[in-house]
Amino acid sequence: MSQLFDHTWSLMRFILRRDRIRLPIWILSFAFVSAGVVLVFENLYGDDVERQALSETMENPAMIAMVGPNYGGADYTTGAMTAHEMLLMTAAVVALMNILLVSRHTRGDEEEGRLELVRALPVGRLSSAAAVLGVLAGVNAFLALVTGISMAALGVDSVDLHGSLLFGAALGATGFFFAALTIVLAQLTQNARATTGLSIAALLAFYMIRAIGDVMSEPLALTSPLGWILRAKPYIENEWWPVGLSIGLALALSALALYLNSIRDHDSGFLPTRAGRTTASSMLQGTFGLAFRLQRTSLIAWAVAMFILGASYGSVLGEIESFFDDIELFQQLIVQQAGFSLIELFIPVLSSVMAILASIPAIMVVLKIKTEEKNERMEHLVSRSVSRVRLVFSYWLLASLTAVTMLAMTGLGLGIAGNSVLEDSLSFNTYLGAPLAYLPAVLVMIGLALAFIGFWPNIASFLWLYLGVSFFVVYLGELLQLPEWVEKLTPYGHIPAIPLDEVNYGVLVLMVVIAAVLALAGAYGFRRRDLQN
Amino acid sequence: MTVVKTQGLSKAFGGFKALDGVDIEVKEGEVFGFIGPNGAGKSTTLRVLLGILKASEGSAEIFGKDVWKDAVDIHKRVAYVPGDVNLWPNLTGGEVIDLFGRLRGGYDKKRRDELISRFGLDPSKKCRTYSKGNRQKVALIAAFSADADLYIFDEPTSGLDPLMERVFAEYVQEAKSQGKSILLSSHILSEVEKLCDRVAIIRKGRIIETGTLKEMRHLTGSLMFIETAQPIPDLAELRGVHRVEPFDGGWSFQVDSDELDVVVRHVSAFGLKRMESRPPTLEDLFIRHYEETETGAGGGV
Repeated sequence: MSQLFDHTWSLMRFILRRDRIRLPIWILSFAFVSAGVVLVFENLYGDDVERQALSETMENPAMIAMVGPNYGGADYTTGAMTAHEMLLMTAAVVALMNILLVSRHTRGDEEEGRLELVRALPVGRLSSAAAVLGVLAGVNAFLALVTGISMAALGVDSVDLHGSLLFGAALGATGFFFAALTIVLAQLTQNARATTGLSIAALLAFYMIRAIGDVMSEPLALTSPLGWILRAKPYIENEWWPVGLSIGLALALSALALYLNSIRDHDSGFLPTRAGRTTASSMLQGTFGLAFRLQRTSLIAWAVAMFILGASYGSVLGEIESFFDDIELFQQLIVQQAGFSLIELFIPVLSSVMAILASIPAIMVVLKIKTEEKNERMEHLVSRSVSRVRLVFSYWLLASLTAVTMLAMTGLGLGIAGNSVLEDSLSFNTYLGAPLAYLPAVLVMIGLALAFIGFWPNIASFLWLYLGVSFFVVYLGELLQLPEWVEKLTPYGHIPAIPLDEVNYGVLVLMVVIAAVLALAGAYGFRRRDLQN
Repeated sequence: MTVVKTQGLSKAFGGFKALDGVDIEVKEGEVFGFIGPNGAGKSTTLRVLLGILKASEGSAEIFGKDVWKDAVDIHKRVAYVPGDVNLWPNLTGGEVIDLFGRLRGGYDKKRRDELISRFGLDPSKKCRTYSKGNRQKVALIAAFSADADLYIFDEPTSGLDPLMERVFAEYVQEAKSQGKSILLSSHILSEVEKLCDRVAIIRKGRIIETGTLKEMRHLTGSLMFIETAQPIPDLAELRGVHRVEPFDGGWSFQVDSDELDVVVRHVSAFGLKRMESRPPTLEDLFIRHYEETETGAGGGV
């Protein structure tokens, strides 16, 4: 019996060796972000009045659904604020980290045949699964301690040691729960992708259950690990039972995972694998169909994410006036203009940020060309009667449609959530018009991406840097009072703020022309160069 | 009629010359074998022919059209299977075969299904689960279900088992009997020997020998084995005698065809007890070419 676990310890050391860079980066980022947020909150909101004002803006169903109930609302200290606004999101990211790590070290290794090599050595049958669990228990415990101590070490009054340790422990316990859940799911599914997919679906489902529960029914919220962990209320009431519950259930799941692992065959899973299509659907007709098919899942996910982004901004529109009166930061961000309501002033600011984020999936569509090329799959297309120009055009078309869809999704989210909280609802033309006005700018970015693909495919990632700079300049330009010309360095800086500015159609048309020239240049470049691998 | 013709084809990657003046010619209705070790330039040549890479110098034509400028037109009549078949992990084999057929602009559904069953492929599985051999089958099925005039295969059987190799050979023969041309690269010499009408040997980006096997054998001569009553002191020094090695109590060596008469007369004076001869295999030709040029050039591959 003891033979089942032979050499578990060596395998644990091996996992730590393999992840000697990944693990410290993950753990330190959580500590850094959590402590950083405490500092930012402490400095951004100078006094109790400002914080209390913010607390009131959080008391609406949309915010509760998003970040959880405001337990410290009565006395919104920096600690209470951190726990309320950060605990759930950070816990969800910790859970994601655990899912990715577990999937990689269980099904990932099994699928690649690496586990087979290990199993052929004199190690126990359950050693590798046990080693993964052992390492992740340690990683989460360490994460809890490092995060808690870094937060407490800042010396902020309301962020005390007890609360900080509980905050850290809540993160670690949630992480370990999801690690154990993922390892159970890894026994059921047959490959790493399915394990990751199913686990992330579970994480999202738990998030949704908690959101609905927090808004409508407390007992429902308590059925989700993300729901009960919020009841730890760090810095407020400091309850430890949710941490205990998570760890206890994680241990039970671990035992179940080990049992399932012991009764299944190597390379097999308990869930039946569905046979795929034996013939291609009519969607998969050509290069456009293929480009879409390959990125379908990720595009749908992005569209949903864009909608949620818009909706989360929309849900605070009702509180704009009080934000503006109470918080100095907002007064710097928005310059008041006669004849327009604050909301109308606010929408263009939001739109610029959303447009830059919406550019990410559109650019990703274009850069997929590079991935396909590197993986030698482009060869299959080019060696058939497909011209390279047609190939590039398919990706360009998909990227442009993506841009329109993503921008519209942000506007739609903004509008639906905004009108549900505003007393006087605005027309959807306003909500949709402001982000869609950014289409020419996104088209320029798409054109630029194609130009990179055509001429300098190896440094196409520089585009992300340019996008990052654009974000910085557009978002913080007003705040840091950068000169006007700096903003004009990015295509986003040339877009009129709808509904405030007069729309200069000349500029927009010029941008579309530039975008088209860049795209054509990219197609020309792609046509005359070698395919790389 | 010539289907494929290259003249002085060169390709440089930065400072490295991958192809250095390659001349090959594939005629209509023939199976042309392209052999050489890894890194000699086989795949690069095929990729230039398919317009995936652009030649630095020289010309390459298929069906009398420029392989770079008229790539799309040419590809309507060409089917290609790369050496390393990489597919999209989240599509099934069946989907990929159909997609490839549609991209070529039409294919025979019935033939597709026949090929799938002959090669024993499960088309409902995602490509991520396929082994190298199965991915190769996907590409081969797509190629053979296309009604092409020229088939280009880059090491087509490197992942196939011996049974599937035979299926592949049958389809190659069938295509040939329909008057189609096949250009295949390989380093499995027995396969080339069985299938190919003409062969080109490439080394360091240059063609060092082209011709039918018969012509090449003639150039190389025969492999001999003799056992004599008295030792032959100067066997290795005779003109046209190569690779003399002691073997089974006698000597084995290679004799150039035009020296055969002189050599046989000479050795018969030493009291022949046993004498055997056989034509050289492609492997013998290949090794001999490589050894000679290597020692001559003083460098390895």
